[in-house]
Amino acid sequence: MSNPPDIVTGELEATGVERPPAGALEERELWLSGTEAAAGMGRWTGEGPQEMAPGDAGIALAGQMGSLVDDDYIGEERVPTGAETQIINMGPQHPATHGVLRLNLELDGETIRRVKPVIGYLHTGMEKTAETLTYAQGSTNVTRMDYLSPFHNELAFSLAVEQLLGVEMPPRAKAIRILMTELNRIASHLVWVATQGMDVGALSMMLYGFRDREPILDFFEKTTGLRMNHNYIRPGGVAADLPDGWEEDVAGILAGVPKGLADYETLLTENPIFLDRTQGVGVITPAECKALGVTGANARAAGVAWDLRKAFPYSGIEEYDFEVPTGIHGDVYDRYLVRMAEMRQSLRIVAQAAERMPPGDYRTDDRKVTPPPRARLDQSMEALIHHFKIFTEGFKVPEGEVYQAVESPRGELGMYLVSAGGSKPWRLHVRAPSFANVQALPVMLADSLIADTIATLASLDPVLGDVDR
Amino acid sequence: MAAASGHSNILLTTLDKGMRWARTRSMWPATFGLACCAIEMMATGAAHNDLARFGMEVFRASPRQADLMIVAGRLSQKMAPVLRQVYDQMPEPKWVISMGACASTGGMFNNYALVQGVDQIVPVDVYVPGCPPGPQSLMHGILTLHDMVMSGEAAR
Amino acid sequence: MTEETGVTEETLAGEAPAVLTEDPVLAGLAGEFPNAGFEAARGHDIARVGPAEVAGFVDAARRAGFDYFLDLCAVDHLDRRPQRYEVVVNLVDPRRPVRLLVKVALEGPDPVMPSLTGVFPGANFYEREAFDLMGVRFEGHPDLTRILLPEEWEGHPLRKDAPVGSVPIQFKESEAR
Repeated sequence: MSNPPDIVTGELEATGVERPPAGALEERELWLSGTEAAAGMGRWTGEGPQEMAPGDAGIALAGQMGSLVDDDYIGEERVPTGAETQIINMGPQHPATHGVLRLNLELDGETIRRVKPVIGYLHTGMEKTAETLTYAQGSTNVTRMDYLSPFHNELAFSLAVEQLLGVEMPPRAKAIRILMTELNRIASHLVWVATQGMDVGALSMMLYGFRDREPILDFFEKTTGLRMNHNYIRPGGVAADLPDGWEEDVAGILAGVPKGLADYETLLTENPIFLDRTQGVGVITPAECKALGVTGANARAAGVAWDLRKAFPYSGIEEYDFEVPTGIHGDVYDRYLVRMAEMRQSLRIVAQAAERMPPGDYRTDDRKVTPPPRARLDQSMEALIHHFKIFTEGFKVPEGEVYQAVESPRGELGMYLVSAGGSKPWRLHVRAPSFANVQALPVMLADSLIADTIATLASLDPVLGDVDR
Repeated sequence: MAAASGHSNILLTTLDKGMRWARTRSMWPATFGLACCAIEMMATGAAHNDLARFGMEVFRASPRQADLMIVAGRLSQKMAPVLRQVYDQMPEPKWVISMGACASTGGMFNNYALVQGVDQIVPVDVYVPGCPPGPQSLMHGILTLHDMVMSGEAAR
Repeated sequence: MTEETGVTEETLAGEAPAVLTEDPVLAGLAGEFPNAGFEAARGHDIARVGPAEVAGFVDAARRAGFDYFLDLCAVDHLDRRPQRYEVVVNLVDPRRPVRLLVKVALEGPDPVMPSLTGVFPGANFYEREAFDLMGVRFEGHPDLTRILLPEEWEGHPLRKDAPVGSVPIQFKESEAR
């Protein structure tokens, strides 16, 4: 087993609004103990699947997830007014829900008492489709799942298949995978900072974020042929070698992105409006993160020092030098700081990958998964047949079950792959990070103001293709 | 008088042309981002590709203020009634662009969950191919729609 | 890399399997739950428990340090195994770090197991998903309803005997197009 996570706490200082002191979150114990907790869970029952019945104001105020939410870090005490609550519907067609998320909100005046996320409006049936595609076709399917980080989807799937096959990747394939996934993390976080800024009113962030993302997408297009949904990382390696002149492109990105980050920090980090909108908003504790399965930057902002790149390293990431920034307060502002710091760390990894890019083959030479070279097809009948078999029937994967996870920009992206020995998966379950993160919204939003919904939702950075799959 | 001088027909056709011109020059899209294509739709509207050149940077959150619905992404069975309702809420004249393979035909996901083409739900004027279509493809589709509106082909 | 992870004949026959894990915490759990079977696999440990004691086992695992709830999914093995369904719970001890997959074999055709929402509230969405797509019923779940598919949907599409293909569009209200 690998070493315990090597964690560095970033320089995350509280400014302005009063926020919970460091360590206070640890004291908020989630668990009452055994049966009490189980009894408390019953309080959020009795609702239809798509609608939220008016709850008993006496007991429902603690939040939909049981009696977890006793935080009141927003400053003043928000006691129930005793007035009638109203239930409003937000989404699924709403500009601030980042897709087709729907929220049922129970309001007491302007205070949110309960939240119920309603999902499934983008359910694509990818887990079923995966059972009809061969392993070679599989990454075409999964890349369309979390469409802001397609490389991570492909990587998780490919690593799972390779584990079952028992093939080892050549060093260049590993380095290319790390290079592309970390660039993808930056591109994904740039979309997040664009929408986070826009959702709290800094509209120019939208333009800046998308502007700075374009050079990365141009590089992706040059390498893979597509700006998104690349199907580039495949079982057995990557689809093609890096294009000519990739060093200059990566150097341009490495030079350009930090300038953009500095601009954003000038605009946001000490902006009093931004601080007011984000500090102490949407708070979640480490214990709640663990119990609800919240991973990624959302959990790290709460102080859960958990990063799969350190805990269960994949694709040779353990050879790279980088740090894992964590927050203290678990609010929207800390999530902002953590993601900004993560982009800088990803830039470090990209620089190292570009610097040490080993020579050699970009895919495994295991003839079971890699077709024979083009030149051999003209000379050898067996090579031709082999080539044909790989692309029609597909290669067979030994019987077995494997769980493989990678650290996607949204958290732990895991693939549970069951093979029955054929050339198609028997079952592919995707542990989608956004699915669990959306589940934490009721905890984050209970007893906050309705205007904070937008800021909190944006900071959660859900991708609905990832939630619904 | 125009009627007496026989120029009334000319006046009428010019007004029609003028209306078509006005419609193409401020065709406000409704935000109907569904999946991957929505990101490319946002990229089209953002700084680098700048949809504002065609008077279309105002993505309206309310369908009642929108002229054009860009169905960007795969449409699930659960979302289909919502799409139809949003379409019904848009005022006439209105147009629909089906962006991407999933919206046009179901794409690679021919399974239980997806509607195999949004034209089963709403009438579509322009289909934009691609998975996802790049901003240039989408802009080409939009300009095609503008041409169709100008020529009267996509008149409502 | 190629070690066997499938169910061995011994576990299928119901005999008490040998404890293969070297993990001290899991060894402690094995002492507490003598009917559970343990094995080490690719990068994680596997514990096989029966549906009757899964809630107690997961709770004990949480107290023993596996307090990061990550995943719950259902697998339909159809006729590959005597017990058709399997629910896999994914827990992590973030301090060491060790991953533990708790596998619960369930009898078809209507699999039932106790809900884990009393142990981990994060099981809420995952159990609803397993119910929606695979038809596993979780007893004691406070709100076991469809989560991804429309609520009037019939059937469970991820079951192996469910067809893949497209189905007619379902409308709730708008009759006329």
